[in-house]
Amino acid sequence: MSALQVELVAADRKVWEGEASMVSARSIDGDLGILPGHTPVLAVLVEGEVTIHTSGAPQNVTIDGGFLSVDDDRVVVVADRVDAGSLSASASS
Amino acid sequence: MGAQQREYRQRSRSVQSTKKITRAMELIAASRVVKARQRVAETTPYARAITRAASAVATHADVDHPLTTKREQPRRAGVLVVTSDRGLAGAYAANVLKRSEQLRELLEESGMEYVPFLTGRKAENYYSFRNRPFEDSWSGFSDSPTFDVAQEISERLIGEFTRGTDEGGVDEIHLVYTRFVNMVTQEVQVTRLLPLEVVEDAAPRTPENGFPLYEFEPDAAEVLDALLPRYITSRIWNALLQSAASELAARQRAMKSATDNAEELIKTYTRLANQARQAEITQEISEIVGGASALADAK
Repeated sequence: MSALQVELVAADRKVWEGEASMVSARSIDGDLGILPGHTPVLAVLVEGEVTIHTSGAPQNVTIDGGFLSVDDDRVVVVADRVDAGSLSASASS
Repeated sequence: MGAQQREYRQRSRSVQSTKKITRAMELIAASRVVKARQRVAETTPYARAITRAASAVATHADVDHPLTTKREQPRRAGVLVVTSDRGLAGAYAANVLKRSEQLRELLEESGMEYVPFLTGRKAENYYSFRNRPFEDSWSGFSDSPTFDVAQEISERLIGEFTRGTDEGGVDEIHLVYTRFVNMVTQEVQVTRLLPLEVVEDAAPRTPENGFPLYEFEPDAAEVLDALLPRYITSRIWNALLQSAASELAARQRAMKSATDNAEELIKTYTRLANQARQAEITQEISEIVGGASALADAK
């Protein structure tokens, strides 16, 4: 199973980029989990946590709303503001 | 020391202290422009992601969104003019204001009312000095704008646009800002912000095989609802950052030429002071020689 290429983008910078096995976020309709091979999706996210499961411990970041796009195992999470305080520095590119 | 010589020395000293100030401002602007350019570059991923997503929705879903719909017979056009808070940046603010005046003439010729929204104290002063009304203004951040300001401006402008002329809003929104090309070139740009033309904008980005068939969650209309305001915000945010970088670059150049001019002046004054000193010495010598020969003649 291939991995997801994840990009986490805030308005003023690219917060994180890397590989992950799963991404989960909260969309308007409810929680959304993305695994490799997911069909292309554009979802509107609400304020809440985004969890990125990397090879190490899962990374949690808090966003204030934005959207998520999945396309050919590339996941782009876009938010206006990202609180990446808990994001481990080693995973950041 | 003669009076003339003293005057030249005094002037040269005053120019020297001016030079110190302009040199310091030049160095400050030079160091900050690097930071400002970095900030412009850092926003690119966000802008790209949003543009991609917005054009994906626009090409795949046949939805009409109020923000992309052209009004028939627009009557009021809002114009966001991005200038600086401070002067001493050469013609930076003047160029933007000049372009905004041209745009005003153009809009008025086509029968529209010009509704200015201003950022930067320079623009505010320009309007209040001429007793001209403006709709709203933001200032105090021109050389290091924050995302909050961009969001505030974009919310206000989108609000005005959605209300439309009938309810006191506007039918179109234009943006006048300075695009940072490189350290020596900054161009004033005029673009239409609303109604949006996402597709046209994103055309060169489209990959050969087009966008994948996205599923929308919850549906295309709501995705657009969330995306388009963000798209506008990112455009405004980008314009503010580019203008900030341009302002600093313009200031650096203006201060560089001010420093050069000061150096030139100091040189001139030093020469004049030397000349005055030499004239004094020559005069003294000829006085002594004249005096001595007068004494010799008297004997």
